[in-house]
Amino acid sequence: MSESQTIENAADGMRGLKPAAQRHSTGRASPLGQLFLARMRMFYRAPEAIFWTYGFPILLTIGLGVAFRAKGVEKVTVAIEDAAPLAQVRASLEKDPGIKAKVGTASQCADWIRKGEAMLAVINADGVEYRFDPTRPDASLARLKVDDVIQRGAGRPDAVHVTDMTATAPGARYIDFLVPGLLGMNLMGGGLWGIGFVIVDMRIRKLLKRLIATPMRKRDFFFSVLGARMAFMVPEMILLLLTGRLLFGVAVAGSAFNIAVVIAVGAVSFAGLGLLAASRADKLETITGLMNVIMLPMWIFSGVFFAASRFPDAIQPFIQALPLTQLNNALRAVISDGASLSSQWMPLTILAAYGTVSFLLALRIFRWT
Amino acid sequence: MKTTGPAIVCEDLRKRYETIGQKPVDALVGLDLTANYGECLGLLGPNGAGKTTTIEILEGLLPSSGGKVEVLGMRWGEHDTQLRNRIGISLQETRLADKLTVIETVRLFSSFYEKQGDADEILQSLSLDEKREARVMTLSGGQKQRLAVACALAGEPELLFLDEPTTGLDPQSRRDVWEIIRRQREGGRTTLLTTHYMDEAERLCDRVAVVDRGKVIAVGSPAELIQRIGGDHVIQFALKNSNDSAESHVELFSKLPSVQACHVEADGFALTVSAPHECIPALVERLGANRLQLGRLTTRNVSLEDVFVSLTGRRLTAEELADKAP
Repeated sequence: MSESQTIENAADGMRGLKPAAQRHSTGRASPLGQLFLARMRMFYRAPEAIFWTYGFPILLTIGLGVAFRAKGVEKVTVAIEDAAPLAQVRASLEKDPGIKAKVGTASQCADWIRKGEAMLAVINADGVEYRFDPTRPDASLARLKVDDVIQRGAGRPDAVHVTDMTATAPGARYIDFLVPGLLGMNLMGGGLWGIGFVIVDMRIRKLLKRLIATPMRKRDFFFSVLGARMAFMVPEMILLLLTGRLLFGVAVAGSAFNIAVVIAVGAVSFAGLGLLAASRADKLETITGLMNVIMLPMWIFSGVFFAASRFPDAIQPFIQALPLTQLNNALRAVISDGASLSSQWMPLTILAAYGTVSFLLALRIFRWT
Repeated sequence: MKTTGPAIVCEDLRKRYETIGQKPVDALVGLDLTANYGECLGLLGPNGAGKTTTIEILEGLLPSSGGKVEVLGMRWGEHDTQLRNRIGISLQETRLADKLTVIETVRLFSSFYEKQGDADEILQSLSLDEKREARVMTLSGGQKQRLAVACALAGEPELLFLDEPTTGLDPQSRRDVWEIIRRQREGGRTTLLTTHYMDEAERLCDRVAVVDRGKVIAVGSPAELIQRIGGDHVIQFALKNSNDSAESHVELFSKLPSVQACHVEADGFALTVSAPHECIPALVERLGANRLQLGRLTTRNVSLEDVFVSLTGRRLTAEELADKAP
């Protein structure tokens, strides 16, 4: 299934809701249907909720994608003293596509180095003298490169034949790493805020108390909140994948079905956590604090913006136990590598366990009044 | 549907709020109450008297700490779903979902009940049909309160609980809500409402239970309660040129014809009398003889406020304790 078909189907699904519920209004209205509809209306009539759910993640993807786009090979700026004995050196450096040469007096060259306008100065001495600050990694790299160009220009043969293979092909760039991580991050944020905040707001309004004063079945209420969250999430995920695809050429290797399953399991998992966080809080300050405590470690450790494996081995067990780490691992596997669902049984099981345990716990301690 | 016997029975109802590290608060200390089918019973009392605690226990939203409670012949904890299907509730200060429209809100509530009331009919009966498509956030205070009553009616309840239905409303909105409640009463629906407004209780209720400090201290129709304190009229007046203490005049005024009671008020006196046409000429004559001049004189009928004062020695409106209910 292509992305555009998925969107059409999702839109059909949304349109399909209304007549279904109206059909009931002539006969008996279904409480689950009415609760779900109410939740949908509360969402799509709130422009700020629409922005944070759909607009912001896309802006973030675009911003990060542009900031970390492949820039081509960066040139090394080298200062060369304007001296007759350096004419041949200068010619070979100016010819090299990876080097930008600046020519000036010895004191000008020293000035450029001091200001960081050049990484390395080539000064006329007995032969050639390199002046650079070895504490700057760029300067040491520049020294190796410049020396290589000068020696080869002077006729030094390569002892070993070398070919460069660069990894900027689609699928191996930063943006390809980033997009699945952003999907995961938005599933986390949407699940926690989209469920947690809404429930605490209803508790503050005493709307929960009012609802529980009716014969409403509690499970209808929870299913409607969960179902509505799943419905909001579908366009969000499709938009993000489309933005990556259309703007940055992020390839999707896995099947739409596999991706949908991983997304759905992740969404349920974080919805459960959101419900748990909101199960007793009766102040916005409390829920905001709880959300930050839950989300902050995952923003940092769970491999949204850079690989979780960069952290020391000692804390890896903790990092791997975070639901977002598992979700991001599974998302990257199915999206970038086209992995099968069965190969992802472990992250999927961990996520399902988080969702189930937190959901059941939330139901036990949930406070309506 | 059962229509004889009491719709609500409370016997020796008790409620203690325990907060860790604080002295427990006894909100109800043996409250007795009976509401008959088809009547509108008012719980009247100052804030903090225990009205909301009582009504929330009756609504099954709050456990009691002791005593017997029966609603429609059933008990909470045994017949909850049946009870929920047969009662309608308007809580104090519920803020319904801002983004839903009036009709959507009523339809949502009606969907929960066995008997799903017709949302359009309910709106019509509450004069909310013009606001049918308006979002809740755009409604005035009075309209929001009427919508709260509409939600309470969504399941065609036999028994209606209204907790302070007019608190915080402007006079016109209050009268609108009264009109709605009066119509409900005429429809034969049993209603229990709480209020700290005397005039509201007097106008709306068949019977009033005066609640103070966690107990019912008097029950009866407004007329009965008023009769119980003797006089029918209150004469309030102030003196222009008295240097003596107010108390020194009390004995003098108490002896005037038909006076039942004399209270010193902030800036004058209040006499409860049965025959103002006898009392006022005598009062004027007595003041003249003592070279005292009237600064003000008004008369009015005895109200439930006076009943409350005579029962508790306090004015109802002066008691602004925070309601203990969570």
